[in-house]
Amino acid sequence: MPKVKIPTPLRQYTSGNAEVEVGGDTAGDALNNLTTEHPDLRQHLYTGDGKLRSFVNVYKGDEDIRYLDGPDTQLSDGDELSIIPSIAGGSFERRCR
Amino acid sequence: METRQPLVHSPNGTVELSNEEIARYSRHLIMPEVALDGQKKLKQARVLTIGAGGLGAPLAMYLAAAGVGTLGIVDFDVVDESNLQRQIIHGTSDIGRPKMESARDRINDINPNVHVEAYEEALSSENALEIFKDFDVIVDGTDNFPTRYLVNDACVLTGKPNVYGSIFRFEGQASVFWAKEGPCYRCLYPEPPPPGLVPSCAEGGVLGILPGAIGTIQATETVKLILGIGEPLVGRLLLYDALGMSFREMKLRKDPNCPVCGENPSVTELIDYQEFCGIPQANAQATADEVPEITVQELKKRLDNGENLSVLDVREPHEYEVANIGARLIPLNELPERLAELDRDVPLAVHCKTGGRSARAVKLLQETGFQNAFNVEGGITAWSEEIDPSVPKY
Repeated sequence: MPKVKIPTPLRQYTSGNAEVEVGGDTAGDALNNLTTEHPDLRQHLYTGDGKLRSFVNVYKGDEDIRYLDGPDTQLSDGDELSIIPSIAGGSFERRCR
Repeated sequence: METRQPLVHSPNGTVELSNEEIARYSRHLIMPEVALDGQKKLKQARVLTIGAGGLGAPLAMYLAAAGVGTLGIVDFDVVDESNLQRQIIHGTSDIGRPKMESARDRINDINPNVHVEAYEEALSSENALEIFKDFDVIVDGTDNFPTRYLVNDACVLTGKPNVYGSIFRFEGQASVFWAKEGPCYRCLYPEPPPPGLVPSCAEGGVLGILPGAIGTIQATETVKLILGIGEPLVGRLLLYDALGMSFREMKLRKDPNCPVCGENPSVTELIDYQEFCGIPQANAQATADEVPEITVQELKKRLDNGENLSVLDVREPHEYEVANIGARLIPLNELPERLAELDRDVPLAVHCKTGGRSARAVKLLQETGFQNAFNVEGGITAWSEEIDPSVPKY
């Protein structure tokens, strides 16, 4: 089964797991299965109308699926998807309540 | 060994090294990739670092030691105790001083040949282009999305390379965004996350050593660009995982539809980045204003009067262990399942560290029928500052 690497900020929604194995023949299927298994993750990955959020990128291996076939990107056993959200930290002092 | 055009051209007679400098830089001078000509380029170079915080500290120190002639620093913050776990350019005796002063002192001590240009102000759409124009390379060590997008756009508009680094908890990212040669930050992430959706800085935390790892990568990339040696991180996103102790690399592509560096850019001047990131000043207050608030003074008075009032702490157990005021603990993410533990008839004051998470908790409580829940303004931090200094501030 393909593996999905979960970044630190989203691990709280996957019971702390850094890597989750999910079924799915395409990137879209795999992510869908991932968010079915961990429903709290959905709103962090998708907009209300089901599009991948613009501050979340998904890579198959080292290639952004936006430049492959998007959600239709084919996956085979052992393929690795990585979710890479934007992070802003640098000194962590300001503008936080 | 030049594999690409150096950012700084051979100073050819306009810059010389003193005997003291030759002795100081001897480990550079004996490497053919740097040599005398490269060291002169470094001396001629003008590097601007945005922020003298976690990332800015190590990178400014290493760039100073390496002999970068002019270091511009933009920062208007003051050194706080909680900075010292990672911002190694500042020391314990600097607490309360402007970061700019303490950074300048440290840099002068490391290498008095470095000229520090201080910009003790917030980087803004009004001043960014003017500040950037006289520098060869910009190093982004900021801690928030509005400034990141501002730095990116200003770099694209002025044609400067943006040496990017970002950190969160145990993970870091680094790249070189340079629209002339490859993608920019907006090609990677067209839009920032809406405020509140990703954990904020106060909730997130960071391993103190992590900015050291990422900041030194940024310093390395900066020196490579100045000298024109090696392969810079243009078109590559380097991911560092301190827990797994692994580096990974992702391919980045230039987005032809990028609103800033694409074929038909829609952003041709700097915009309002607070608004772009969904946090205009008026709105920043809005989340908090939507829920009823109580000040720590008022809370103290009501508790002292023996009023029937419960206090709920929605932070995490490991934060409770560091500091608490004896309130019942239900972490925010467990609250929806544990509402039954709360008495709906008793007024409820909800606090967290500084008031962000508790505002969300109060909103949730209101939505589930609690009529009498209040957000404690400023959280346990305000309690420590205004009511009981024996409660540690973290």
